[in-house]
Amino acid sequence: MNNRLYGNLIFELSKEGRKGYSLPKNNFGNYELPAEMKRAEDAALPECDELTVVRHYTNLSNNNFGVDTGFYPLGSCTMKYNPKINEEMAALPQFQNLHPQQPAETVVGARAIVAMLERSLCALTGLAHFTFKPYAGAHGELTGLMVIDNYHRSRGDLQRKKVIVPDSAHGTNPASAAVCGLEIVEVKSTQNGLVSLEDLERLVSLEGDSIAAMMMTNPNTLGLFETSIPAIAKLIHDCGGLMYYDGANLNPMLGACRPGDMGFDVMHINLHKTFSTPHGGGGPGAGPVGVREGLQDFFPVVSPYHGNFGVMMRALTYILSLGRENVKMVGPLATLNANYIKESLKDVYELPIDTTCCHEFVFDGLKDKSTGVTTMDVAKRLLDYGYHAPTIYFPLLFHESLMVEPTENESRETLDGFIAVMRQIAEEAKTDPELVKSAPHTTPIGRVDDVLAAKHPVTTYRQLQAE
Amino acid sequence: MYKYFPHTEDDLQAMLAKVGIDSLDALYAQIPESIRFQGDYQLPSAMSEMEVRRTFELLGAQNKRLTCFAGLGVYDHYTPSVIPSLLQRSEFLTSYTPYQAEISQGTLHYIFEYQSMMAELTGMDISNASMYDGTTACAEAMMMAVAAGKKQNKVLVSATVSPKTREVLDTYALHHGIELETIPAKDGITQLSIINFQLSIGNVAGVIVQQPNVYGIVEDYTGFAEACHEQKALLIMDSVAADLALLKTPGEWGADIAVGDGQSLGIPMLWGGPYVGYMCCTEKLIRKMPGRIVGMTKDNRDQRAFVLTLQAREQHIRRQKATSNICSNQSLMALWVTVYMSLMGRQGLKEAAQLSYAGAHYLCDELLKTGRFSLAYDKPFFNEFYVKYDGDVSTLYQRFIEAGILGGVRLEEGILFAVTEKRTKEEIDNLVKMAAL
Repeated sequence: MNNRLYGNLIFELSKEGRKGYSLPKNNFGNYELPAEMKRAEDAALPECDELTVVRHYTNLSNNNFGVDTGFYPLGSCTMKYNPKINEEMAALPQFQNLHPQQPAETVVGARAIVAMLERSLCALTGLAHFTFKPYAGAHGELTGLMVIDNYHRSRGDLQRKKVIVPDSAHGTNPASAAVCGLEIVEVKSTQNGLVSLEDLERLVSLEGDSIAAMMMTNPNTLGLFETSIPAIAKLIHDCGGLMYYDGANLNPMLGACRPGDMGFDVMHINLHKTFSTPHGGGGPGAGPVGVREGLQDFFPVVSPYHGNFGVMMRALTYILSLGRENVKMVGPLATLNANYIKESLKDVYELPIDTTCCHEFVFDGLKDKSTGVTTMDVAKRLLDYGYHAPTIYFPLLFHESLMVEPTENESRETLDGFIAVMRQIAEEAKTDPELVKSAPHTTPIGRVDDVLAAKHPVTTYRQLQAE
Repeated sequence: MYKYFPHTEDDLQAMLAKVGIDSLDALYAQIPESIRFQGDYQLPSAMSEMEVRRTFELLGAQNKRLTCFAGLGVYDHYTPSVIPSLLQRSEFLTSYTPYQAEISQGTLHYIFEYQSMMAELTGMDISNASMYDGTTACAEAMMMAVAAGKKQNKVLVSATVSPKTREVLDTYALHHGIELETIPAKDGITQLSIINFQLSIGNVAGVIVQQPNVYGIVEDYTGFAEACHEQKALLIMDSVAADLALLKTPGEWGADIAVGDGQSLGIPMLWGGPYVGYMCCTEKLIRKMPGRIVGMTKDNRDQRAFVLTLQAREQHIRRQKATSNICSNQSLMALWVTVYMSLMGRQGLKEAAQLSYAGAHYLCDELLKTGRFSLAYDKPFFNEFYVKYDGDVSTLYQRFIEAGILGGVRLEEGILFAVTEKRTKEEIDNLVKMAAL
């Protein structure tokens, strides 16, 4: 990463008459779109030569931080290593040129990849069938809830519109339910950060007939395993609801426990988390949805073709590479790494629930609150030291949440380096709090004015020019 | 340990000691024994990189290489070699949503460029940071129209919208409680007079049309926006992005929301994805638009900087009040089309569209000359057209396949052919030869 800002917009490099393309000559004669169907003015796109374009985007990439740049402990996002072989397999020309409407007998290889991936995911989750149509985790959540809604509708259970989620749930859970036309009911957490069985029993006795499903991650967003899961599943099943597993936190379960065995009926998997496909600056991901036998008839059409096939090829490459011997080490090593960091820092950072965690854990800011240094400040100071910040201010259970997820790919040296810097920042908070509060200092830009951006939105170059 | 795991035996012992346990297994002591997974997964044994490569190459060899004349929303446009090369920059590839603006200016900056280019192409005021694909973008626009309305929950969809899009709309509408009503078509064209009638009944939040439509026809949407606005409904126009280099834009037609797929901007077909959906709208709808938006601002050193903005609209803030659950989108594919539009520029994008247009019209003329094909609707089309064949369509389609040609998409009783700038005269002549047999 380059710490000097590269600030040009491609539009500002444009010069009339330059071009960055070469096209064949027109051998077809004079066919011309009727004038009344043409746009009045050309789209004002930049005009640049090829090298200018290449340098521009290369320079931009130098102002970006990725997993390949350094440690990226962004909680809940599973920023694991994205193997290079995955990229090469997904780029094989024999797949790049396949049109999604080709007859089945001309895409035998592509179909085999889907079948192999489905078998693998079934083996890893204990579920029976997957649909690959969902394009992302949130899209998978929505798809899974549609499966559940379709199931209840098919039984004439039209009043089942309530979905129970823990108060620690990902923001997408309630949003997905709302888009699916379902209503959220929150179940409380106990002091230990787990679903309160007592509160759940109360909800079930109150709302039993209207409960469509319970939606949860396990481990939950605090990184804690919901030990009462068999009892929870029984309660929900007994009242006629289904169990939905948000696969965002599946990584630590590889080699430990399968959602199907925990009692879940429907789940989505974020292939870009657990199965090592790159996050791409925020997509494309893939959110295949798995179901128990019998529920596959309720898969909805949420996209036209076979989902993000390119992402699926990467995930299969990863699974085949690891094989059954290594895939079961993923969860334990990710869990060990998280616990190692937690144990090494809990004397200076506030650990609200001191117990063994899974792949991630949440601090509630610095232990010493007297300095006025917030979680935001700690996060920004970490950037100065060459680390990506953890997830901050989520989950909403604590005021100063700082959520750390190291993944299984990080070495003890990397973790020790991070731990040393986190301790250093805690020290700085005492000795020189201003230094931390005004961080970052060494990044291409300093803290940004969010209020200006929102109050006076400039979101295109045309608007910028009009300024 | 496997090559992705850096833990030595020594590391393991030291780390376990720090955690205060004596085995990896003990990390899971809290999991009830009854649900603990024991034993081996039903998976193949680990493969070396060479074996993985061989497996995929063998699978690849089982696909048949076809010269593509198929479309229906997915087109075989050319990908300049610059794009895949730049897209492999791992600072882009291995980053995530740019929450930390200070170390994510690369991503934020290209999304700002993407938004600028899509707004230009569609003739709209603003664009979001991308959607999954064209069909889901259209579904999001449908829900946006309902959310922006004042209790109306009906959306009209033209019969000339692709069945692929319609299927996805139907799914979302069913669960979201939206009533979808079809606007009938006559001679392959949406009927404005009928829309006027449907609008007059009331309760309509939006009207969805497609340009070019499912038959490839460029429709005349004069009067549509006025009709919608009179009844307080939004006009949603779904277009193939690349065609907008030449076509009258959704903005010029008076659309409130422009959506569609950006795959035509140089993204490989890859059997259905990943692609990128786009969504643009008028300025006054900005706070109703789903998805991420990047805005310009300043940092504390007075430098121009880019940042995720207007986040109050988004799912993680609104939670159950959200009208969309989209969070991450297709950022890397947005970069793909941004680099494409940077290379092609103002002229190249038009030239490629012009070539596709000319090739399609040449193919159409040649097919009509055989005397065995007729245009189902005699209307202006862009780079895709719909014909009827006087023989058995299945036999013809199979003959194409055997000759290594993907001879269009079978739609209703006819065939929908698409041509891009990639198709040579020889390839087209060869198709016509096969078609004339």
